[in-house]
Amino acid sequence: MNRAIKSRLSTSEMNYFPDEVIEHIFDFIASHRDRNSISLVNKSWHKIERYSRHQVFIGNCYAISPERLIRRFPCLRSLTLKGKPHFADFNLVPHEWGGFLHPWIDALAKGRVGLEELRLKRMVVSDESLELLSRSFVSFKSLVLVSCDGFTTDGLASVAANCRHLRELDLQENEIDDHRGQWLNCFPDTCTTLVSLNFACLKGETNLAALERLVARSPNLKSLKVNRAVPLEALTRLMSCAPQLVDLGVGCYENEPEPESFAKLMAAIKKCTLLRSLSGFSEVAPVCLTAFYPICENLTSLNLSYAAELQGNHLIEFVQFCKRVQRLWILDSIGDKGLEIVASSCKELQELRVFPSDPHDEEDNNTAVTEVGLVAISAGCPKLHSILYFCKQMTNEALITVARNCPNFIRFRLCILEPNKPDPITSQSLDEGFGAIVQACKGLRRLSVSGLLTDKVFLYIGMYAEQLEMLSIAFAGDTDKGMLYVLNGCKKLRKLEIRDSPFGNAALLADVGKYETMRSLWMSSCEVTLGGCKRLARNAPWLNVEIINENESGRMERNEEDEREKVDRLYLYRTVVGTRRDAPPCVTIL
Amino acid sequence: MSLEEELQSNVSVASSSPTKNTAGGGGLKVHNYFGLSDSSSVESSTLSGRVEDDKATISLKATELTLGLPGSQSTELDLLSPAKLNEKPFFPLLPSKDEICSSSSHKNIVASGNKRGFSDTMYTEKNWMFPESVAAQSVVKKEVPQNIPKGQLSTTNNSSSPPAAKAQIVGWPPVRSYRKNTLATTCKNSDEVDGKPGSAALFVKVSMDGAPYLRKVDLRSYTNYGELSSALEKMFTTFTLGHCGSNGAPGKDMLNETKLKDLLNGKDYVLTYEDKDGDWMLVGDVPWEMFIDVCKKLKIMKGCDAIGLAAAPRAIEKSKMRA
Repeated sequence: MNRAIKSRLSTSEMNYFPDEVIEHIFDFIASHRDRNSISLVNKSWHKIERYSRHQVFIGNCYAISPERLIRRFPCLRSLTLKGKPHFADFNLVPHEWGGFLHPWIDALAKGRVGLEELRLKRMVVSDESLELLSRSFVSFKSLVLVSCDGFTTDGLASVAANCRHLRELDLQENEIDDHRGQWLNCFPDTCTTLVSLNFACLKGETNLAALERLVARSPNLKSLKVNRAVPLEALTRLMSCAPQLVDLGVGCYENEPEPESFAKLMAAIKKCTLLRSLSGFSEVAPVCLTAFYPICENLTSLNLSYAAELQGNHLIEFVQFCKRVQRLWILDSIGDKGLEIVASSCKELQELRVFPSDPHDEEDNNTAVTEVGLVAISAGCPKLHSILYFCKQMTNEALITVARNCPNFIRFRLCILEPNKPDPITSQSLDEGFGAIVQACKGLRRLSVSGLLTDKVFLYIGMYAEQLEMLSIAFAGDTDKGMLYVLNGCKKLRKLEIRDSPFGNAALLADVGKYETMRSLWMSSCEVTLGGCKRLARNAPWLNVEIINENESGRMERNEEDEREKVDRLYLYRTVVGTRRDAPPCVTIL
Repeated sequence: MSLEEELQSNVSVASSSPTKNTAGGGGLKVHNYFGLSDSSSVESSTLSGRVEDDKATISLKATELTLGLPGSQSTELDLLSPAKLNEKPFFPLLPSKDEICSSSSHKNIVASGNKRGFSDTMYTEKNWMFPESVAAQSVVKKEVPQNIPKGQLSTTNNSSSPPAAKAQIVGWPPVRSYRKNTLATTCKNSDEVDGKPGSAALFVKVSMDGAPYLRKVDLRSYTNYGELSSALEKMFTTFTLGHCGSNGAPGKDMLNETKLKDLLNGKDYVLTYEDKDGDWMLVGDVPWEMFIDVCKKLKIMKGCDAIGLAAAPRAIEKSKMRA
């Protein structure tokens, strides 16, 4: 007994705790970072942690192989995988670059892993993979695909048909080849377990009857996001048989509805008292938006960022009644005035995203937002911690004010539409403005900068942004010093992505060891040369240094390459499994 | 003459005859024309006595910017034709409009990456003016440098070159391609949803400055400009009446009684369209059949925003006569 008491007091005696107890304690720890830390304590804990780990997050699918993953975590149930680098979202990465799902499914199936949940981002998914997935994991429950491509509705049909216990099928912003088949019909009549169904990104027609039957037999359905082929009447019927919905994505209905249809819609909406999240509206007559007024006040999440047809006034009219909204995604057609109204109405706002309605400035659009809107939001919304803001212009004064108003930013992403644009009032760079942001926001984890910026802003970032994990740079800086400030200063940096900035070999090679602490580095249209990249690859064999060529047709010829040649796109990442074997010809791994 | 040759080489289409009349001395003035600081004489509106020595000058200038024959009925949509611009009799009125709308027009003229669309609006209404003679040109031509706000000139120079740089930057602005594609194809998809694959109906969006939402019209359901015009009038009158006096964001976009009257009288608003090349043109300048072929979308613009388009009612009338 005394010994037991003594053992509790001495930490070195922790090993004497029965494993089951430790495992039980570990069950309470969900964050994968904490789990990673736990596993480093000692061998015993490492082992216990391994077998009790059910959720694994892999930020870069090429950092580890599926076989090694399964060996370490045989009891895996939920896997999150990310493939292509972030800039692939903006067409900067060739389609065939990589990020294939199939080897993972293959390995998981062979390893008899009891996979239940799979979340993918920027991966290439094939119908074959989906078919294999649907047949290999009896308890499979949840599939979430974000920004993926490579599959068709046939793949979805296999998932629908074979996953007997499917709860979640969530397709967000994927490029899916819609065969306009009957994939919704493939859900067996016995399938009644659906909790979340999101097919908003499908471009083709939808079998409305099949959808209605499916919704009717899914009493647990909480989230339903339909695509644009679901018209008003169908939506009304769906909502009528699913008044328990919490999250709704609305389709598209262009024409002015008949008064009777409209009345039915309003009645159905009124019954959805649990509705908290609304999205979709890709093409909608404003009157249909008004049908949602009765539940406006309950909304905590509102995404009108695809409602391109709605102009400022209607957006404002609606949003001002959403007094509890915490997450708001909207187009810049709302204007500065609209944002001022949001600031005065939406006091619970935590995350705001303002997207450009006219990214290439093709329409003579004077209502895009400026610094005025941002300042208003920062002043009016005390809980704001995340922002993505596309705007025409920004001033240092505004950024300094924003920093003072909102020191709690975790994510601050500002995109001034015109590259290199200075402060329009002072014609100066925006170094001071962003400097104020990083200095005030001590918890800042993600930052995107834009506008005219010199090396100085990076000095500020290196000095103050202690928690920064992800930094996106475009058309900024003057010399290598800029990049060096960041690499030397930001201790917690994990992802750095740079485009069109004058950083070269000196910055790239100054501290090779830094890249071991980071997930990845992207540099495109910068000053790094082939020679510099080669040197890096030689000094850091635990890095994959990939050169993505402009000319996608052929690999570089070793003999003819000129080491002074500037590299168009460089992507490097740490890995424990060395060079990948699935790289296409346009990618050279040094 | 060598200067002229040099100038002519800047022009992609053969210049018109007026060029040949110019004396070599026009060269200096040409440089002034390009010198933006000199063009700050924009605001003065008087037809001063510079006509005669500017005749030659302006012809040269016209040459520089014109990619086609002044006075031609060419439908080249990239044509810049300050010569035609000059013929507008309302030119003396423009500067005052400029003052009123200088904030909005200047807003459009940002340092780099000027909106091609807007600048082309100024220069591409080619045919709605009267068939011009050189003499007529010379009378009003001198207005060109004076009525174009500073920034516009630089835009003019660049208009014959590829569109604003920012439109060509790959992957910029950083918006997910899924999102960009979805917003871009909204128009197309709506045709599908309407059940018409495109051959039967020809829907184009109609937007109006200050309107809360867009409308769509089927161009094939009209047979001439008149029908289109009255249909639009009905559509937007109803809407504007409905919104008169409503609350909402105050500001220059809000329609009020006076503006409504002007709308109905066709004074303050003009109907423009975007053609297949992305240029904004005044409605009524081409035969109806050609119009519905090239029209991508319609926009009811405020007169002062469409500098140079203020004589729209007359133009539409003219083209009705022609069509």
